Amino acid sequence: MIEVRNVSKAYGGKPVIEEVSVGIKKGKITSFIGPNGAGKSTLLSMISRLLTKDSGQVLIEGKELSDWKSKDLAKKISILKQSNHINLRLTVRELVSFGRFPYSQGKLTKEDWEQVDEAIAYMDLVDLQGKYLDELSGGQNQRAFIAMVIAQNTEYILLDEPLNNLDMKHSVQIMKVLRRLVEELGKTVILVIHDINFASCYSDYIVALKNGKIVKEGSTETIIDSAILKEIYDMDIPIEIINGNRIGIYFS
Amino acid sequence: MKLWYLLVVLIVLSITSLFIGVKDISPLDLFSLTEAQQQVLMISRFPRLISIILAGFGMSITGLIMQQLSRNKFVSPTTGGTDDSARLGILVALMVFPSASTIEKMLLAFAFALAGTFLFMKILDRIKFKDTIFIPLVGLMFGNVISSVTTFFAYKNDLIQNISSWLQGSFSLVMSGRYELLYVSIPLLVLAYLYANKFTIAGLGQEFSANLGMNHKLVVNIGLVIVALVSVVVILTVGTLPFLGLIIPNIVTLYMGDNLKKNLAHTAVVGAIFVLVCDIIGRLIIFPYEIPIGLTIGVIGSVIFLYLLMRRKAYEG
Repeated sequence: MIEVRNVSKAYGGKPVIEEVSVGIKKGKITSFIGPNGAGKSTLLSMISRLLTKDSGQVLIEGKELSDWKSKDLAKKISILKQSNHINLRLTVRELVSFGRFPYSQGKLTKEDWEQVDEAIAYMDLVDLQGKYLDELSGGQNQRAFIAMVIAQNTEYILLDEPLNNLDMKHSVQIMKVLRRLVEELGKTVILVIHDINFASCYSDYIVALKNGKIVKEGSTETIIDSAILKEIYDMDIPIEIINGNRIGIYFS
Repeated sequence: MKLWYLLVVLIVLSITSLFIGVKDISPLDLFSLTEAQQQVLMISRFPRLISIILAGFGMSITGLIMQQLSRNKFVSPTTGGTDDSARLGILVALMVFPSASTIEKMLLAFAFALAGTFLFMKILDRIKFKDTIFIPLVGLMFGNVISSVTTFFAYKNDLIQNISSWLQGSFSLVMSGRYELLYVSIPLLVLAYLYANKFTIAGLGQEFSANLGMNHKLVVNIGLVIVALVSVVVILTVGTLPFLGLIIPNIVTLYMGDNLKKNLAHTAVVGAIFVLVCDIIGRLIIFPYEIPIGLTIGVIGSVIFLYLLMRRKAYEG
């Protein structure tokens, strides 16, 4: 369980996150949604200790973030940031093997390599594992990074806009994988996402942020609602039920 | 390309190098060496060979580490202010402590080289415009500013000649008793190998490192210490070897990728082969005289550097 208590962050005197408190349930997908500049990515970065918080607490399994050793934390929680543009020539397999770094400090054992192979197979990258990352498409690249996170084998997986720059097919593919990670491997996934319909179709809980504060949080059905979305986005978004999913029609 | 093949090439070239020189020694004499021949081998030829190999290993690996840590393919001790800062350090040692021993000179030069490289990395952090070509240009400018300070004080103190000997790399003065400082680089290169994986991860960025629970700052600092110390040791014993740290890692990366654990040994061996070839050419071209290695490397290196730049342009366009 991840518990965020009264966390605040300001850049140059301007508050980005103000007194935010939220609990993340284990074994579920939780999506952070909200307009640009709401502070979603900042909050995610603070939960994953990439960014220091100005005040408040983040408890991972009841223990404050700063009391964790960075090395141990890397076995508990992993984060994938949105800008994974890498200008290094690394193969998919090499990248995935870095996911084992917290366990082996670079000297991979036989079990480590088994985990690497499993992660590669899980993401359907066996044929591509010898390819360099700069030879892959955006979708394949994203899959390689997710495979690395799978090899890191953490309970909590945080993703900052994992669908950025992906076409529809690849977006669906990535979301299905995240769903499988939760259902099959019992992971807890937290992601920042812009498209409310992807959030609606694939997440269990939604946390909506606006101006550095949480405006609403709750199960997906309660948040994907015209009145609530109006409050978040200042936009009239009619909701239709299509194939059992609540879809917001926000194009016109 | 197998590492094994490269090693064979290195060994063949090494043996060739031993038998080139004014004093005629042929491999056939090996079992019936005269005393003079023995002395030439032990005092001059072997030390020269060892220093060529160590300098080749050292400069190419420091280039590789710097490129990884700065995340830029065209940064190296030559284009990142390390060499220039080291020379300023040597000058300060000459001016302030005229009777300084080699070790004292090394320590002072090391302090300057480290400070200079560190400053360059800090400048990099602040630059928003991270263009591949722009960054090394900033490094060259930075290096030239330091270099002009060096020249100014060297001129005022009649030390220009001293300084220019550090500027132009040359193996002709290497002999036993004057090159042993280079051995300092061996443990550093071993350390670089042990840290290879960490340098690769550091090259993937601060956040990437933090996610994996690695102390990014510490690893970068260890890398910079290795770079500064190895560069200083090479400058003090043979002088500046320009372009080496730039072109060798770039060539090896083309066929080996950027995983340091995998390409480090290749980079070292290719670096040594390159220096050996340049040295042999320099020794043969106006035999029995020789051209300083800095010049041969400079000419051949700049041509390769231009090729790499063009290739990159074509690749990006």
